[in-house]
Amino acid sequence: MITDEEIRQKIIKVLTHEFELEETELRPETRLYDDLDMDSLDAVDMVVALQKAFATEMINQQDLYEVRTIQDLFDLLIKMVHKNNNEGKEAPV
Amino acid sequence: MPTRRVVITGRGAVSPYGLGVELLIDKVWQGCSGVRLMPDWQDIKGLKSYIAAPVPAVNSSEYLPRSLRRTMGDMAVYAVIASREAVEEAGLDKRTLTGGNTGVAIGSTTGSPGVYEEFYKNYIPKKSIEEVRSGMFFKIMGHSCAANVCLALGIRGEQWAPASACTSAAQAIGLGYILIQSGRQEIMLCGGADETNPTVTMVFDVIKAASRCTEEPLLAPRPFDSQRDGVVCGGGSGILVLESLDSARKRGANILGEIRGFGLVNGSRHIANPDEETIAKAMNQAIAEAGISHNEIDYVNAHATGTILGDIAEGTAIRKNLGDDIPVSSFKGHLGHTLGAAGSLETIVVFEMLARQEIVPTLHLENLAPELEGMDLVQGLRPCPMDYVLKTNFALGGVNTALLLKGTDKP
Repeated sequence: MITDEEIRQKIIKVLTHEFELEETELRPETRLYDDLDMDSLDAVDMVVALQKAFATEMINQQDLYEVRTIQDLFDLLIKMVHKNNNEGKEAPV
Repeated sequence: MPTRRVVITGRGAVSPYGLGVELLIDKVWQGCSGVRLMPDWQDIKGLKSYIAAPVPAVNSSEYLPRSLRRTMGDMAVYAVIASREAVEEAGLDKRTLTGGNTGVAIGSTTGSPGVYEEFYKNYIPKKSIEEVRSGMFFKIMGHSCAANVCLALGIRGEQWAPASACTSAAQAIGLGYILIQSGRQEIMLCGGADETNPTVTMVFDVIKAASRCTEEPLLAPRPFDSQRDGVVCGGGSGILVLESLDSARKRGANILGEIRGFGLVNGSRHIANPDEETIAKAMNQAIAEAGISHNEIDYVNAHATGTILGDIAEGTAIRKNLGDDIPVSSFKGHLGHTLGAAGSLETIVVFEMLARQEIVPTLHLENLAPELEGMDLVQGLRPCPMDYVLKTNFALGGVNTALLLKGTDKP
């Protein structure tokens, strides 16, 4: 089963690749819109990339609206992955 | 009568030779061809033309941040790079670009065919849009180049995107000329862009108008030659800065030439076949608008793509209208047919010819087509005093354009 740390690392990997960012830019407190200059189009692409990486349609639109920081994203994805695991839909590591 | 004169103050180019106006001009004068074999295209069932004049690979991340690249296909990348070069040469500052009196008219045949292809490659077998990125539409929309240029350069004036295949750039230049003449804009970035893709060459291949000279790719296309066998599609972008004479003088800009007339006529006879009467009509419109006589035209830079029908119709229209003594040549042997970019890339080279007072010959023209025997189809680099040049472009759909261009000696 994928660990929380592995989920965090995977998120970092997806974001650095998708948005051409340095890992050092992605601290838990980093704000997606204010610090990384992301916008609504980037948010769409972030969801597509994360869903592809975690091989499941797991991100609820309403939950996404509340994501402001990298930590929020970690929390959301960890919650989603564990929920899917409990339902027997384990995401690949 | 036009009340405002329109001059050229900047040029930018991305061509089958690579990036920059200087490279384009050097390679044309050296008689280099941008055409090459496209080996992968041989796997496409039914496609007989597997040569092209593509832009050499551009690492767009060297030139553009991700935030801009995310909405650009190749053609928009070319248009932005060329636009930046043109703006730099013209010396346009940020205030001028953002002030509302600078606009954009940049056309293309369609949006990015490479992006269309990628989308349908995934969509058709999977019937899914789950992996579609947000930037996709902005790469394939008809005004992708114009919109992305506005965004990248901060241009806040009028934005137009004439889409008429091979006359897109010529129409864009004509439109910019009209908008400046009328006083709606002081400065316009005008031109076109297109990218090489087998689905584009296919259009011409299907109607037997694409060159199949695949054994000697560097010898095709052959405009006006008895052995011509069709177009070779290419890619790139040419951008010209058009400006009112008053604005250029006020800024102390270097004036590179002038647009004196623009003819635009649809023949309304056949959707694909050229029509010599309509070609002549477009030329006559441009000449009349300039207020000059036919015998003042010093040279014609022809559209001449190397097709069986098109070259003869154009040549015949030129000889009937301007006589056999007028020098004529085409750049398609050098650049291939850069489609939506053709009118502007070729116009950039024409202005250089006017500056150098030298005519560049048609590359690969060895044996004149018998129907055009007696015409002055230039076959060698030729010094020639020139004031006025007619630049023609035509497109499938019956569109015929002619720009009347003038050098800088008597602006």
